[in-house]
Amino acid sequence: MRARLALPTAACSAVLLALTGCVANGGGTDATHASLTVDSSATECAVSAAEAPAGTVRFRVTNSGDKVTEFYLLADDGLKIVGEAENIGPGLSRDLVVELEPGKYFTACKPGMTGDGVGKAAFTVTESGAAGEIDADLAARIDTANSGYAAYVRDVVAELATGTDAFAAAYVAGDDDLARSLYAPTRAHWERVETIAESFGDLDPKLDLREADLEEGQEWTGWHAIEKDLWRAEAEAGFQAYDAGKRAHLAGLLVADTQTLKGKVADLSFTLSQQTNGAIGLLEEVASGKVTGEEEFWSHTDLWDFQANVDGAKVLYAGVRDILVEKDPKLARQLDTEFGALQALLDEHRVDDGFALYTELSGADIRALADQVNALGEPLNRLTATLVIS
Amino acid sequence: MSGASLPDATRGVSRRGLLGLAGAGLAGLGLGVAGDRATIAATGGTGTASASSYPFYAGHQAGIVTPAQDRLHFASFDLTPGTSRAELIELLRDWTLAAAAMTAGRDIGEFGAVDGPYGAPPEDTGEAQGLDPAGLTITFGFGPTLFETADGTDRFGLAAQRPAELVHLPHFPGDMLKEGQSGGDLCIQACANDPQVAVHAVRNLSRIAFGRAAIRWSQLGFGRTSSTSTSQATPRNLFGFKDGTANIKAEEPAAVNDQVWVQPGDGPAWLAGGSYLVTRRIRMTIETWDRTILREQEAIIGRSKGEGAPLSGGSEFTEPDFTKTGEDAAPLIDRAAHVRLAHPTRNGGHRLLRRGYNFVDGNDELGRLDAGLFFISFQRSPEQFSAVQLSLARNDALNEYTRHVGSALFAVPPGAREGAYIGQALFT
Repeated sequence: MRARLALPTAACSAVLLALTGCVANGGGTDATHASLTVDSSATECAVSAAEAPAGTVRFRVTNSGDKVTEFYLLADDGLKIVGEAENIGPGLSRDLVVELEPGKYFTACKPGMTGDGVGKAAFTVTESGAAGEIDADLAARIDTANSGYAAYVRDVVAELATGTDAFAAAYVAGDDDLARSLYAPTRAHWERVETIAESFGDLDPKLDLREADLEEGQEWTGWHAIEKDLWRAEAEAGFQAYDAGKRAHLAGLLVADTQTLKGKVADLSFTLSQQTNGAIGLLEEVASGKVTGEEEFWSHTDLWDFQANVDGAKVLYAGVRDILVEKDPKLARQLDTEFGALQALLDEHRVDDGFALYTELSGADIRALADQVNALGEPLNRLTATLVIS
Repeated sequence: MSGASLPDATRGVSRRGLLGLAGAGLAGLGLGVAGDRATIAATGGTGTASASSYPFYAGHQAGIVTPAQDRLHFASFDLTPGTSRAELIELLRDWTLAAAAMTAGRDIGEFGAVDGPYGAPPEDTGEAQGLDPAGLTITFGFGPTLFETADGTDRFGLAAQRPAELVHLPHFPGDMLKEGQSGGDLCIQACANDPQVAVHAVRNLSRIAFGRAAIRWSQLGFGRTSSTSTSQATPRNLFGFKDGTANIKAEEPAAVNDQVWVQPGDGPAWLAGGSYLVTRRIRMTIETWDRTILREQEAIIGRSKGEGAPLSGGSEFTEPDFTKTGEDAAPLIDRAAHVRLAHPTRNGGHRLLRRGYNFVDGNDELGRLDAGLFFISFQRSPEQFSAVQLSLARNDALNEYTRHVGSALFAVPPGAREGAYIGQALFT
């Protein structure tokens, strides 16, 4: 494939760096790019120019027809999709930004989103000395990354199921000390693949709903319902410990729902964007729930979850890192650095096999972790657009 | 050549298609005071003195003698542990480009808020779309800890460049400073006539800094409490009194040079043409103040509450006469009156260019408004502020109604020319 979505950082090739002072992090990086318009009507796909200089090219696609439309930039075989802007409603505009190498391309629109499309026209990208060299043979490596991640998810969920069985057994048997000691290490398996689990609609609320998220009249099941009972000294005054019947009910559901999850991930496969967005999603989980101490409201084992989310994101990143190094080595270096800095901060709070409780952290500790989550989050959120042709 | 349109030399994405009139007209003008004064002239001296845009690249930084805008978002930053000198320079470079774009009313980045790749977060956060530049100025400063931390660590190889005067301000009687609302390695003062424009500036500059610097404290101000140009009416602080009547004004170039701008030979060369910025978060116990009888309120300030005239007589801009007495030979302007203690004749001729803002940050646990004055002053030397503040802290009758809870000092480098970054002379 000879094109990619371009981002400011992505566009900071050595050439641009020298010419424009192009810098990282998006701030004030104002390199120039070619800008074209596309008018997608019922019968036409009018591009404002039939050629553009190599480098970053932006197509502003406006749908002047009355059906939902799509715009395609196709390779010289007229088939392979180099870039596309999808689901553009009547009257709306959408931008397709791609980095193009010199060569022959085709443009086409597909009003109504079916059929062969309209207005297919030749499009030429001329030499400008701006475009970077993009290696071919990506497909094979993307395949490898996909299958590697699918295997990882299966392994982690299998460990989760095994751990959940042991945890549930201890809880039902009334061995609260054992159950408490198993709680955080077992949940870590869940947190490593949390974004996958969340993709299965009702499984996530059954297994991981927090009390604050309950609707009026909704039955509370899953990890956190049991957490509150196990750490009942932390619960509000008047909290009634669960009886044996309720324990058995909750433990049974936890085991059964986890088995359902295990079945669902048995033959999953992942696209590249699902992988990169998974890494982004895991870090968002850290930013919204873990670094604030809201996830483990009674056990305060948030740092176990924090580490597990980060582990999951690191696995996803490692899977696509080779591809990123070629497309945008600067972003890869930045992500390596920021992942490393976040891990170093987490390591400061390790205690034996686990971590300090959230309540044992100082305000400065939490602030440092939050700052580093921001530091990693900004570059990480550019990963999908840098790697994936939309 | 193809028909593809390449943007012209004006980088960034315009929010409204047209630059502000004044900004466009001034693009080629001279530097410094001249530039700012020309800007004022360009608005015709109508009394509002709010040009729609001020050029970022200039001999002196904008936001000092610029006619004080109505709104403030001020933020103090600490460099993130592990940030290198090269990364600090890169941050200043990024901030400079973004500040130049935003002060001209443009989105930041190559694609701005809505024109970028659909699969990536937008470069610009977008809440200023459709708004004009609103007179936005962005002023950067360097705190003492940038040069050397409290324990003497020279993180960026800058200790030798530290001006002798850039040290923490002395403790003043009555100070109740909170660590989390004081100090900082870097600061950004964003002033605009639209609060959303000021907040947009600090939000985007903070985002750019993630991983290199993080906000230590920040402050919103909703109303200016001083005028920095004779074309502006004198505003009021939350005590209900006019504030800043005797401020240094842009139209006094000799006073500005003598009292505000650091001159060559004052200290390290990199700061010549810059200034020192002091901030004080001054909490007012306004509930108590509001129960004070008018005679006492005026006696405490030393001016009439309506006109703002000194109690020795005349009108707002009449020079106070501290010797004039009334019954019992008591001075008409009380010995502990604010206007007397703050007056240059009492402080070795020292004057300050004040640029503070009113704030109300909700309320405290007793139901009192968390309100006050976010004091900002610019001066050629921190000693000017210290002299005046010491005089006030010892004797000012106003102290009964104020608490200084935040304090910071920053060296404000001169302006950057186009192509350079803010503070570049410090690093080269």
